[in-house]
Amino acid sequence: MASLADRQAQPGWGALPFTLGLVLVAALIFSIGRWIDNSYVFFAGYVVAQYIVLGTAWNILGGYTGYVNFGITAFFAIGAYSTVVLYKLVPAVPLPVMIAVGGVLAGLVGFGTGYLTLRLRGVFFSIATLAMAVVVQTLITNWDFVGGARGAYVLRPRTAPLIGGEYVQYLFLVMLGLCVLALVTARSIERSALGYGFAAIRDDEAAAEASGVPTLRLKLIATALSGGFMGMAGAPLPYYVTYLDPSSGFSLNYAVNAIAMPLIGGTSSWLGPVIGAVVVGGLQEYIRVTISSAVNVLVAGVLLVVFVIAAPQGIVGLFQRKR
Amino acid sequence: MDVSLDLLFNAVISGLLLGGFYAAVSLGVAISFGLLDIVNIAHPAFILLGSYVAFTANTVLGIDPILACLIAMPAFYLLGMLAYQVYYIAFERRDDQSLRGLSFFFGLLFITEVTLVLIFGVDYRLVQAAYIGPSLKLGIVELPLRLLVPFLVSMVMVVTLQLFLSRTFVGRAVQAVAQDQGALRLMAANPVKIKRIAFGISIATASLAGAFLIIIQPVEPSIGRDYIGRVFAICVLGGLGSFPGMVIAAMTLGIAESLTATFFGPSWAPAVSFGVLLLTLAVRPSGILGR
Repeated sequence: MASLADRQAQPGWGALPFTLGLVLVAALIFSIGRWIDNSYVFFAGYVVAQYIVLGTAWNILGGYTGYVNFGITAFFAIGAYSTVVLYKLVPAVPLPVMIAVGGVLAGLVGFGTGYLTLRLRGVFFSIATLAMAVVVQTLITNWDFVGGARGAYVLRPRTAPLIGGEYVQYLFLVMLGLCVLALVTARSIERSALGYGFAAIRDDEAAAEASGVPTLRLKLIATALSGGFMGMAGAPLPYYVTYLDPSSGFSLNYAVNAIAMPLIGGTSSWLGPVIGAVVVGGLQEYIRVTISSAVNVLVAGVLLVVFVIAAPQGIVGLFQRKR
Repeated sequence: MDVSLDLLFNAVISGLLLGGFYAAVSLGVAISFGLLDIVNIAHPAFILLGSYVAFTANTVLGIDPILACLIAMPAFYLLGMLAYQVYYIAFERRDDQSLRGLSFFFGLLFITEVTLVLIFGVDYRLVQAAYIGPSLKLGIVELPLRLLVPFLVSMVMVVTLQLFLSRTFVGRAVQAVAQDQGALRLMAANPVKIKRIAFGISIATASLAGAFLIIIQPVEPSIGRDYIGRVFAICVLGGLGSFPGMVIAAMTLGIAESLTATFFGPSWAPAVSFGVLLLTLAVRPSGILGR
């Protein structure tokens, strides 16, 4: 784990150039996609971008403060189902508004769960989040308005607003935007007093508390932010899959990927989840196309176990050691 | 709502029997989490493994599921020792249990589930045995044998382990590990070895619990997840490491779920354990019989 001194010594750009740089990269990726002009590229790209957001969201709590959230699917599905509800009530709501609503709802749920369990030892929080995924799934399964166990259909508009072309291009663009937002947030946390507080909690919570770090408040901020981004990552999902039922919306794949990617990439900086998502997500797409979709879900699990045992600092850590 | 006394009574009885089964499911976690402080969230995956051992032995060889899993127990014991050894070398020794250790077990849970899907598919599987189907009628009370048999065997298992922990040398050493590892080392006993044995035992119980599971309900690879919340709710509610507390908590939860299923519908039952868990964590984190 990077100590505080290491972090301050990091050469870095200011927040604004960093944001502009990310926007440029995102724009570049999107224009390459446009240039290739193949809808598969957008479908695959969306998945990787979604995992960058999910992984970064998980890392804000897991990597920075050391609290493991297993209930990713709960937050993710809250975002997805809030879109389903909005779609059924007012179909004309633009997608970014739906994302904002999903994010706020999931953030509030994160705050609530954290408030109830974060005063205890970390494992209890982890167990509570695991159980919460089951409970949110039970609630959704029993809620007929969103289709219950049968699932709900969401009609994807034929063409994308603003940019033209297929709607999936718009979904990809929106998800890229969310990536930029999540990464900028994560990076500015790392470089702010908030990030140092998080790191203090992770390294020794009792000592942090004793030296005046408001641990509970910081942990609640982290849970709310993390949950909120997970909800935002889930909000466009109904438009992507067009048919959403509880067993696919709460698929364990999302949870495993969102945990595996930061741990494989490296949890100490914003770059880790990105590397993890690109490497694992890319590998999964490759295996799904070449071998089978059943094997592809196994990849993240096996890589997760291998990396936590053999390379605890992730891919980023491997390169840092060489330097 | 028309609450008939018969219905209520039968719901309580079947909840009690279900609770006995839950005790068997939670027993392993009561050992690993309660005594060894290892948060083995992959325990339900080992239970499912037991269910599929029972299923394979039952369909291929026609052996009774409980007997098959009794025979498989030593293999599960070795598997548990192996899992602990990996966990010890990779996480406990590095003092990195919380983040990566938890993720390790989460990965194990997922790998087991997907492997079972790849081998057996996602169809529900069940076993054949003489006691699945008929029930014992005592007046208005109906005791389904497929709940009663696991209940009885499970109680035998809990009592045996309790006796093992309190009467034998190794058992006492396991309890000592839970209290003070350093002191145990001063007594010239190796805490790692003791913990390895205890973790092996905790996984061995998963074998039998798996047989009960597939006797009670048809099994498919992802149902293990439903048990994570239940198992930890029971262990936390019972007070970590206390077997009598765990049994009481298991029966309480069993009755609560059975009543919920009877009066609100079975699809609501999984939410009960979460409610219980959150309530316990918020109100009394040390559990009913906690230290």
